[in-house]
Amino acid sequence: MMSIDKWLALGQTAAELGLVNALTVLSLFLSYSMLNVCDLSTDGCFTLGAAVGALVAIAGFPWLSLPAAMLAGVVSGFVTATLQTRMGVQSLLAGIVVKTALYSVNMALTGNKATLSMNKVPTVFSMAKTALKDTPLAGQSTLIVMLVIVALAAWFLCAFLKTKLGLAIRATGSNADMVRSSSINPTFTTTVGLCVSNAFTALSGCLMAQQQKNFEINMGSGMVTVALASLLIGGVFVAKHRPVPLRALGAVLGAILFRIVYALALRFNMPAFMLKAVSSVIVVLAISGPYLRSQLPLILRRWKYSREGRDA
Amino acid sequence: MLELRNVCKTFHAGTPDEKRALIDVSLQVADGDFISIIGANGAGKSTLFNAICGSFFVDSGSILLDGKNVTMTPEHQRARVIGRLFQDPMRGSAPDMSIEENLALAAGIGGWLSRVSASDRKAFRERLSLLGMGLEDRMRQPVGLLSGGQRQALTLLMATYQVPKILLLDEHTAALDPGTAEKVLALTRQIVSEHRITCLMITHNMQSALDLGNRTLMMDQGQIIYDVTGEERAGLTIGDLTEKFRQLSGKTLDNDRMLLRK
Repeated sequence: MMSIDKWLALGQTAAELGLVNALTVLSLFLSYSMLNVCDLSTDGCFTLGAAVGALVAIAGFPWLSLPAAMLAGVVSGFVTATLQTRMGVQSLLAGIVVKTALYSVNMALTGNKATLSMNKVPTVFSMAKTALKDTPLAGQSTLIVMLVIVALAAWFLCAFLKTKLGLAIRATGSNADMVRSSSINPTFTTTVGLCVSNAFTALSGCLMAQQQKNFEINMGSGMVTVALASLLIGGVFVAKHRPVPLRALGAVLGAILFRIVYALALRFNMPAFMLKAVSSVIVVLAISGPYLRSQLPLILRRWKYSREGRDA
Repeated sequence: MLELRNVCKTFHAGTPDEKRALIDVSLQVADGDFISIIGANGAGKSTLFNAICGSFFVDSGSILLDGKNVTMTPEHQRARVIGRLFQDPMRGSAPDMSIEENLALAAGIGGWLSRVSASDRKAFRERLSLLGMGLEDRMRQPVGLLSGGQRQALTLLMATYQVPKILLLDEHTAALDPGTAEKVLALTRQIVSEHRITCLMITHNMQSALDLGNRTLMMDQGQIIYDVTGEERAGLTIGDLTEKFRQLSGKTLDNDRMLLRK
């Protein structure tokens, strides 16, 4: 049996990773749940944020790395949005095209290096650790940094969605006709929505790289599915008709819960490479579950019909 | 107020599916007019509305609104002065958002970063209570929970919250049950007359085409074939209208929806 301390440490690591992922989940909460766009550029944008953040941190500006990564995310989101709103590229394809191009962009940024180590440079986490040294919270510095950042991000998102612009973004995902008849251009709202959401994704990637003290060119691979799985888990606890702040909280909790369950599965000897398969299965179950449930009576009837023959 | 000059629109030009939806349509609408529009399915009534709203750009001709040429103005910009209701009550509001949030967008008050204030909420309440449907007590509920009639009444309120220069009604009561349809129609008349909004209304109900407003247009195959107002209109019966249609188009007006409502 593991000691309580070890379980706590396991939980803390899972919560830290969950909070880092929560930023990508909040990003998808905006693009997928609110704007009704499945933004497949997420994987590339996550890595882009990680690359930009790592470069700025290595250059000696760890705090500047966060806004720098977010700015890169805004640019990436702007390109994805422009492709789908002004250039006639289908929404899913626009995301895939941008993700593919971002691989080259990321490689170019890092000077054709697939990894960047941040072992010897200060990161936001190492600086927080130094700042909290000799206090009782020293062991929780990473968790505290992440809690503050995620709380700020969630607060910003909720406040943003209550503004007229935020309402217009939500309406764009719900009924674009109505947005137009309210004299608002859906092209504009889609663009702003994707810029903001990709800023969150890039910030998430930036913090992930700094937390691992390592940038790796494939670190964003499959991120969209992992985040979507977390988002849908959150949706189980907070239904769609609930107020937006509760749903955002649900998204964050979903991300943490996902990581905790995953950490437990690893403890019980699930190989680490299973993460993505598990995420995929969760996404499929969450999306097709309600559909299959609605089909179940019909399936049962047909089964009965074929067993008992026409007269039944 | 509104003027269409030789407007043409052809869909799928140059293919076997080619459809000349509007053929050289010219129309002058005076300030304060309430015009009813009738015609068989596919006559071009909704296409005429789409052209006015800017859902597409017309192939030729021009559209003037309040003396301004809006032929090439995008739809969302024209929406500032045009309100529109569709037959489908679901089209006018966002189902996932609350009544209050829908109204906030339609009201168009404040800048991009403004939020719904207590005074906005009070104004919404007052306007909602005028509908007499109890919606003022359900402002936080998602619009998706409302019935078709309630949603159409809400859409009417949204479309006229900022008083439009012109209101386009595309069979906006046709999908509602008779009682609700009557109520929504009464609300429409009340709001239109109160704010003196210029109004165009497509209907399949011949009686209300004659009862409502001061002018009636009949459309067929992308053209306005009959335009009647004043004394001539006052003396018209449904029988006269169907006879007129037969004379002008060489067909009988045998749309079963119209027959049912004679």
